[in-house]
Amino acid sequence: MSRLVRMDQTGHTTVAEWTADDPEAIEQAVRAFRSELEQGYYAVVSEGAGHAQHVRELPRDASLVILRRPIAGG
Amino acid sequence: MHWRARVDERHLTRHGRLWTISTVAHTVPFIVAAVVLGALAPVLIPVSLILLAHAWAIPELYAARGAGALRTRTGSGSIPGPGSGPGDSGDSSHAERVAAGLLGDLLDHRPRDLHARTGMVLERGRLGTWVLGDAGALLVRPGGRRVNCYCVKATDSALPRSDRIAHLLLALRSDEIGFATLANVSFSGARWRVRRRLSPPARQALDAAR
Repeated sequence: MSRLVRMDQTGHTTVAEWTADDPEAIEQAVRAFRSELEQGYYAVVSEGAGHAQHVRELPRDASLVILRRPIAGG
Repeated sequence: MHWRARVDERHLTRHGRLWTISTVAHTVPFIVAAVVLGALAPVLIPVSLILLAHAWAIPELYAARGAGALRTRTGSGSIPGPGSGPGDSGDSSHAERVAAGLLGDLLDHRPRDLHARTGMVLERGRLGTWVLGDAGALLVRPGGRRVNCYCVKATDSALPRSDRIAHLLLALRSDEIGFATLANVSFSGARWRVRRRLSPPARQALDAAR
């Protein structure tokens, strides 16, 4: 089961879940993914220690996609 | 951040030298004046001592500003971290536990342990070893003698503390050069000078970044 989670004030919220063999769930996840990006979130796939990839399309084979807010210099 | 030059190894080295020159330029005139006055007239030794105190205090103030990068910020979404007091609501404690779980999933065993002990995350990168707090980061340069302090944070201050750290961690892992370019440098200088201005948990995290 793959998950799209958004870091927010509750800790994090699962926005969508899908499996590779469920086209309907994938379609819903893609829609949710695009909607979150339109709201200003960045999507990141963690690839283990030291590596993460910023993605602009939902990677269907990723087990976890994390949505984060932008960062800024303080 | 198109107006900022992308940070690289050479940029960091040059920037570090400029900080050192600036520190010398701030302190040497006070030291010279103190020595000259004391030599000219022993009655002016109290004035010399005041000048020496200035020479000591100016770099200390800069280092204190740099150490502030790892100071824990309090906000509606923060929870008591290591060394902080009670007073947060149950909701924010729950949110922090959830956020800490997600952050823990992003970390290996040792960094996770360090986070549990200090509230800071250690991440090794190409530019050096990073110590991430919730509103800033320290970069320990290769060799371990120089530390760059950066003010950088997630734009949503209501996030739980661990989420704010996770934001910085994921941004750093995605693009370390972009991260170092975006963040504002608040100090660059000797590790020992920053270290003694840090809170005990942050000091512990810095010690792990060797």
